[in-house]
Amino acid sequence: MPVPDFTLPSFGRRWLQRLPATPPAWLLVHSLNQLQKRQVLAADMSLLSGKTFAVEICDAGLTLTFSADDERFHTRNTSNTPDLHLAANLADFLRLMLREEDPDTLFFSRRLRIEGDTELGLIVKNLLDSVDWDSTPLRRFMQH
Amino acid sequence: MQRLPELICPAGSLPALKAAIDNGADAVYLGLKNDTNARNFAGLNFDHRSASEGIRYARDRKRKVLMAINTYARGGDSLRWRAAIDEAAALGVDAVILADLGLLAYAHERHPSLRLHLSVQGSATNYEAINLAQSLFGVQRAVLPRVLTLDQVRHVIANTSVEIEVFGFGSLCVMVEGRCLLSSYATGESPNSHGVCSPARFVRWEDNGKGMDARLNHILIDRYGASETAGYPTLCKGRFEVEGHTDYVLEQPSSLNVLAMLPQLLDAGVAAIKVEGRQRSPAYVAQVTRALREALDQAGQTGQRFSVKPAWQQALSKVSEGQQVTLGAYDRPWK
Ligand code: SF4
Repeated sequence: MPVPDFTLPSFGRRWLQRLPATPPAWLLVHSLNQLQKRQVLAADMSLLSGKTFAVEICDAGLTLTFSADDERFHTRNTSNTPDLHLAANLADFLRLMLREEDPDTLFFSRRLRIEGDTELGLIVKNLLDSVDWDSTPLRRFMQH
Repeated sequence: MQRLPELICPAGSLPALKAAIDNGADAVYLGLKNDTNARNFAGLNFDHRSASEGIRYARDRKRKVLMAINTYARGGDSLRWRAAIDEAAALGVDAVILADLGLLAYAHERHPSLRLHLSVQGSATNYEAINLAQSLFGVQRAVLPRVLTLDQVRHVIANTSVEIEVFGFGSLCVMVEGRCLLSSYATGESPNSHGVCSPARFVRWEDNGKGMDARLNHILIDRYGASETAGYPTLCKGRFEVEGHTDYVLEQPSSLNVLAMLPQLLDAGVAAIKVEGRQRSPAYVAQVTRALREALDQAGQTGQRFSVKPAWQQALSKVSEGQQVTLGAYDRPWK
């Protein structure tokens, strides 16, 4: 089922903004590490090590920041300007993750913003693209 | 029903390969993870393991896999390119797509049973060049540069027994393929030498308060208003000031789309239609392959009564650069 068009209504945004951003960032980092551990995410950590990332969910008014070292992702050392900053609305991030839209399409239509180290952005994009969900229990979410 | 040209789709990763095959590609083309192919982007492409798995996936479904080794080997340093050809032969790909004459000769001598396609980067725009490649290296198919009109494509096909493949959809590269120096001018690296136009590490997008600036090695190449569509950060698609006007000078960000011309291409007898975009994600590959598969089947059945379905056009426009499409050179009044 395709992700419907939506932007988070303002009451949702206000509610989300009252939460500290750390738990969602922690959840993201934890999921990434799990995928990485099971080799679903075939990340070459040497390319990501020492980099900080900011994922801004615009309509939620929420920015998740995290970083990577040689082995894993974590929520430490995220105070400085991120090396890579990605910004989009929640619906579009969902479409990206579910492979309903490709990032170039969203970029061309200005629904995805990429700032900072463009090559790092490409590495991250290609890393996510190379995940073969067929080999995971998430398979059924990825078919439509 | 007419014999249909093969639909050749891009694969930058295993999921993209599967998306192409699941949505009706007759063949996919892919490259290795290095500068032996013209989409040498960090994290993209195949190693031995993923290539073998992809080939198995395609074989099981009776589809083909082609390997692009379409950059030019550097003088005195052609080992990587030769190794790529050996690897392709060992993997058992259905053909390799080559541009460099030295590599064509190497592949022809070393692997006589390996099928050779002449890459678009080889810039063979006339039948003499194509026939020469056939007699020298046994090339069985040539991919035509995107600079020929439909009549010129017909003329080539009429004068060669080499199969002719043409581009059907994707981002355009306006210069005579393989000869553009714009990327080298700005960054020192170009598609032919390093397998990439406008390498990502030279690209910066910056919010300027009112919109977005695109810079290539610090050179401002475009400035997008808040709601303007964007394209790839290549010099050819930038906006520049010429005689007091700032606009696109060489090319607008747009993608080639031959939907409207499918019956003519079928009549002309093209052997294959290719989709550009190994740098794109599986979602793009799935959407474009699906639309072109339906359109091709439809064109094969209805011939000249063929009409383009709005849904295909929509699917293709959406994923296009600058969200615009063009018939490119096929439809050009001048030659
Ligand atoms: S600058 Fe444009 S025309 Fe030149 S190689 Fe790059 S994409 Fe092609």
